[in-house]
Parts: sequence; C-alpha cells; structure tokens
Amino acid sequence: MTQATTPPQREPNPEQLLSILVRDEPRVLTRITALFGRRGYNIKSLSVGSTEHPGVSRMTIVVSGDRGVVEQAIRQLEKLHDVVRIIDHSLEKYVDRELVLVKVAITPENRVEVRQIAEDFRSRIVDVGRHALTFEVTGDEGKLTAFIEQMRPFGILETMRTGRIALTRGSNADIPGHVYHGETQALKPAVQIEQPREERAREVPNLF
Amino acid sequence: MNGAKALWATLASHGISTVFGYPGGAIMPVYDALTYYPEVRHVLARHEQGAAHAAEGWAKATGEIGVCMATSGPGATNLVTGLADAMLDSVPLLAITGNVASHLMGTDAFQEADITGITLPITKHNYVVRDVQDLPRIVAEAIRIARSGRPGPVLVDIPKDIQLAPYHGEIPAPHARPEIPAPSQDAVDRALELIRAAQRPVIMVGGGSLDAAAEVTALARAWDIPVITTLMGLGAFPSSDPLWLGMPGMHGSVAANRAISEADVLIGIGLRFDDRVTGRVNGFAPKASIIHVELDAAEIGKIIRTHVPVRGDAKVAAQMLMQGAQPLDRPEWKAQLEEWKSRTQMPEHWGAGYAVKAVVDRLGPDDILSSDVGQHQMLAAQLARFEKPRRWINSGGLGTMGFGFPAAIGAGMAEPGVRSVVIAGDGGFQMTAQELATLKMYDVRNVKICIINNSFLGMVRQWQEMFHGKRYSEVWLGDSNPDFIKLADAYGVPGYRASSAEELPAAIDAWLADPNSALLEVVVPHEHAVFPMVPAGAALYEMLETEPARTPGPDMAEVAEEARNA
Ligand SMILES: Cc1ncc(C[n+]2csc(CCOP(=O)(O)OP(=O)(O)O)c2C)c(N)n1
Repeated sequence: MTQATTPPQREPNPEQLLSILVRDEPRVLTRITALFGRRGYNIKSLSVGSTEHPGVSRMTIVVSGDRGVVEQAIRQLEKLHDVVRIIDHSLEKYVDRELVLVKVAITPENRVEVRQIAEDFRSRIVDVGRHALTFEVTGDEGKLTAFIEQMRPFGILETMRTGRIALTRGSNADIPGHVYHGETQALKPAVQIEQPREERAREVPNLF
Repeated sequence: MNGAKALWATLASHGISTVFGYPGGAIMPVYDALTYYPEVRHVLARHEQGAAHAAEGWAKATGEIGVCMATSGPGATNLVTGLADAMLDSVPLLAITGNVASHLMGTDAFQEADITGITLPITKHNYVVRDVQDLPRIVAEAIRIARSGRPGPVLVDIPKDIQLAPYHGEIPAPHARPEIPAPSQDAVDRALELIRAAQRPVIMVGGGSLDAAAEVTALARAWDIPVITTLMGLGAFPSSDPLWLGMPGMHGSVAANRAISEADVLIGIGLRFDDRVTGRVNGFAPKASIIHVELDAAEIGKIIRTHVPVRGDAKVAAQMLMQGAQPLDRPEWKAQLEEWKSRTQMPEHWGAGYAVKAVVDRLGPDDILSSDVGQHQMLAAQLARFEKPRRWINSGGLGTMGFGFPAAIGAGMAEPGVRSVVIAGDGGFQMTAQELATLKMYDVRNVKICIINNSFLGMVRQWQEMFHGKRYSEVWLGDSNPDFIKLADAYGVPGYRASSAEELPAAIDAWLADPNSALLEVVVPHEHAVFPMVPAGAALYEMLETEPARTPGPDMAEVAEEARNA
C-alpha cells in the first residue's frame, strides 16, 4: 500500500438500559441472550433475579448500541412468549446500582491509605488477608469505576461486578404508559402467579 | 387416558384432521394411541423433512395450521429444515416430537437430541412437557401461538414417560382466535395525506396480505394505484387486472422494479422487505415516502426507513385506507408504467422458460402451483398468473430445495378436489424424491409433478456463469441423474417425457389427463439464464433487463486440465 490510511475513529457506542420481566421457565435466559446475540448486539452486563411476583424473574440488561438497536431489540423481545414486560429506562428517571468486590494488594506501608480511600467511598471490607483486602462497594457505575481507578495503583488482584440493576423512580402508577412495552401481553395467557395484594395491584397497573 | 391419548384428543378437539409424521422408539406410545383415534389421519412420509414440508404445504394452501410429528434425536433433527422454512415464511406449524424418558434427558441417552435447544432460534416458541397434566394445555397453547399474530412454527417435545403417564384432566377446547389490532386512525390519516398528494404511487403486497386479498384489491382499484406482488404475495392481487405490475426484486419484472425506483409513495402491505426484494437497501425506492402496513411491529423500520408506520391487521388497514378514495388521475405515471410493462419478454424459444410457461398456461384459477427452489422457481413466479390467494406455494424466505414436492403433496391432500401441480428442478426433486412413495401409499391422485431437467443445478450455474468466469464447479448433474420416468415407475407413478417444443403439448395433455398423480420430465437445454436480474448487491434500478451477450468462456475440459496441471 502506498497511501497511509488512518483507521476510521469509532465513536464509543452509547449504552442502553432495559429491564425485562420474564416467566421463570427453563431456557428463558438462552432465548433472550440468543435474541441479542443473533443480531450482533453486545450485552455489556446482565443480571437476573426473582421479583415480588412468584413465577416472574426480572433481568436488567445493558446493551451497547444506538437507539435503533434498542428499539429493534425491544420489538423482537415483545414477540417472545416468555417476556411479560419490557421497561426501557431511557424514557424515564430510574435508579440503578451495581455491586463490586475488589481485592486489593496491600503492604504494611499503604494499608492505612487504602482503608482511608475505601472509607471515602463508603466501602466495606468483607475480607482481610495478610497481603490483601477485599472491599464491597455499591453504587452507580461512575462511583464503581472511580473506586477501581483509585485502587488501581496499589495493585488490584481480582474484581467481580454484579452487573447493573435498575428500577424506575417513583410509584409505578406515575409512570407514563409509553415506558412499558409489551401491550401484546393481552394475547398471552396470564402467568400462573398469586393474585397480587390490593395495594400492589394499584401500584402496578395492569401489569399482567 | 395416558398422555399420548390426551395428545390425540387435544389435536382432534382442535379440528386437526391430518398429521404428517414418522414413528420411532421415543414416540411409540403416541403411535400406539393413534390407533384409538380414527378421526385423525396420520400420513407416513418417507423422511421427516418431507413430513414437515407437507404440513407446510397444507398450511399454505388452507391458511390453517399444519401438523408434523417425529421421534426423538434423528427424527426430530430431520424436522429442522422444515421448521426454519416455516419460521421465515410465517407458516403456522405444530411440530410434535417424542423424546427419551425424562430421567434420561440431558444424559446423552440413545437417540437423545436437545431439540428444543436446537430449534430455539427457528421456532416462534417451543416446549418440553415435564408433567403430563400440562400436556393438553401446552398443546392447545402451542396451536394458539402458532396461529396468532404473525404465524409461525411451534414445537412441543414430549418425553416418553410423559406419553405413558395417566392424565386425569379435561381436554381443552380451542382458544378463541385473538383479535388482530386495528391500526390507529392517526396513522391512517397520515398515510391518506401522502396518498392524496402522490404523483407516482405504487402498492406493494407481500405474504402477510394473502388473507386480505379482497380488501387490497378493492383498495388499489378505488385509488387506481398499480400493484406489485412479492414472491410471497403472488395471488393477493389478480394478475389479470391491468393495475398489476408483477413481482419485484432480484428476478422481478421490469415494470415492478422501475416503478419502485421511481415511485414517490410506496404503500407496503404485509411484507418484510427481504433483501431479495429490495436489492441494495439504500437504493430501494429512493424517491418514495414509505407507508408500511404491518402486523409485526418488529418489521416496521427494520430494513427500510418508514415514513408512516401503520401497525395492525392488513384487512382492516386496507379498508381504512379506502376512506375518501377516488381514482387518482395520473396519466403520465400510467403511461410510463405501460411502457415498462411492454418490456416484459415472454420466452419464445425452446428452453426452461418456454417449458415452464407452457405448463403454467394450462392451469386454472383453482389449481395450486408449488415450486421447488432454483431457476424454475423464478420462471414460474414470473410466468404463472394467479387470480386468487393461496394457490401459489413456495419456499420464499429460506429457499429450501426439496420443499416443493412434499409441499405439493400436503396441499393436494388438503384439497383433494383440486389439481396440485409442482414444478421442480432435477436437483431439488432428488432431495425429497422418496415422497413418491407417499403418493402411492395414500393413493393420492391429484399431484402433478413437473421436473424441468436441465442437467445442472441451474441457478448456481447461472451465478457461476455470470460472476465466476464460467467456472462450473460442482453443478453438473447430467451424468448422474436417474431416469426420472423409471424412478417414478418404480414407485408406481406414471411418467411422461418431452424433449422439444414439438413434443411438449401432447406430453402435458397426457400428464394432466392421467387419472393418477403423474410425473412429467421436460428435458431442456443445459444453459439457460433467468432474466431480468438484479445482481447481488446492486440496486433495483441497476437491473439487467435482458441477458447480456454470452461471452465465450473456458471449456470445461480445459478447466479440468488446468486444475490437474496446477
Ligand atoms: C437445501 C438447499 N441446498 C442448496 C441450495 C442452493 N441452491 C439454490 S438454487 C440451486 C440449484 C437448483 O437446481 P435445480 O433443482 O436443478 O433447479 P434449477 O435451478 O436448475 O431450475 C441450489 C443448489 C438451496 N437453495 N437449498
């Protein structure tokens, strides 16, 4: 090649945060991740847990990609029989949290300094070793990243992050309908769950 | 009643009259229980792929769900191609598979395959039945899912012990068909605004509008807008109507592809803008505002930017779009379209196109025409004329060779009173030729098989000719093809042959007049290319209308010689 070419600069992909309520059945996780994988959408983080409704699990997914990617993903998700509801967090205020465990190498000299930083971050020590301390930090993504950066010079031995989890802010009754996707739920049979209590039924309007 | 009997009872309660399948160890209780349910007919195919395509043919002809059945492991994996085909063509299909006993699942037991894992991306949904008490409910739900919204295949995998376990519950009645949402008036109003102002409008209809054919036809006539029907939408608008422009896409008509390229408003109804239809996406309908009427929200804006999305039932949408309709007076556009239409070339000389035309010209409006995949398929799509929906059956989305013949059997069994004609290539026919036995076994009399024998995998040969310097690699069948007449004869199916334009009419007469299902082999010249053609990666307006002058290519013997010396 005679000409020097500079590789095109790629803009870092924006992130999109989705919560997906799914029936708690075998293969649900595969179905959902396969849907993203097949289209080449990269899942940055994924966390799954149970909800206040028996039989319904909740997943929080962070996908990298622009709005178009997420809108297409939502529409494909809506078609899955196991998907009860999709919440697109970019449309409403939300709280999100992540938990990280960080194991930092320590020496007698820096021990105090490391502990001080951890205190500043309201981090708890969950394990004390002779040459390492393990911290637990909870917070939004920025806080966790800042914590890890602060600890990096001392020598990070291991980290594990749970992946983000999120809930919309405020009482669900205040949330405009467009935040929720999945009107097609009317076509799906009711999930086998206990009747929600009166007040919860009000709080979560026509969830099922 | 055990699970197996409950399965048949549920199928029967859903009005399912025919199941295409193949038995095996892991589904034996179901086949045993079958003997107690004479109201359901089981059709023994000769390969599970044949069973799946036959069920698809049934569904495509009738619009009702097709059902196929297989044993575990190899039986189930043989259904995979049919399921993928049904997925891409939105065919309502229920597949029942047996599996090894529950306690053996996941242990790599004999003939165990993780069929729900395998079919995850090619089914609308799938189930493993883990408790016999759930079995009938799951089957009923599977049928509902397969038929509702945008239809598709659903698989229910039933371990052997569940088939044998006692069932105590009721047999569920069919779910009511869910109502299809009507589009919003707001979207319709925005669409109407565009239509009223249009100078060069065109309507394009796909497979999702087959059940709205009457409404789509009325809509086009009310506004006097020309109509393009995709490969999957052929029959959704009568070919005899002067407004019809033909099929779009890679082998579409000159009029259809030029109209798309020049249109200022394109109304797409029940379609998903497959790449074989659009050509290069950023060259598709470059001047048009797009109105997309579609039930499946995921299709709107997926491939083509949409200016007015109209989400909902095609039937209702077409009716709503008739509000205030009056014929648009666009004489220049009409004149331009007429000019393009006049560029349609009919095959005049002996060859595959000539043969296909001679056959399809003999069909009546009620006859069902299926095709396999390849050049003959594109020729049939270009040359056949359809007045009604659900008379054209083919594998559009997956392009499955071997599909046509079993699908024609399924369609023919669904409608024994009509002729079910299939056009196949010599290559594709051999992929499911063993289903000749099915014709024999069930004394099916209305299936007419036409093999266009060009001794080549013709469509691949055409691409090698055009894009690979005539290096004909692994597409020559001439030396190894069977004698198709003898092959049919071996199964007790009468055969006819024609090798020239002169022989053809009499051969077609005899073939169609035969009171049995019969096979016609038409031997055509080896080299024939389908045109018009939009080369892969080109835009529709870059189509080649006629075949470029053939350039002399390397001789096959020379190519072989070179390869040996290299
Ligand atoms: C199962 C399968 N394998 C391979 C292909 C690729 N393919 C598309 S058309 C074609 C040639 C078909 O040849 P033939 O059946 O003789 O029909 P013709 O094109 O000659 O009319 C092939 C191999 C396919 N579509 N399906």
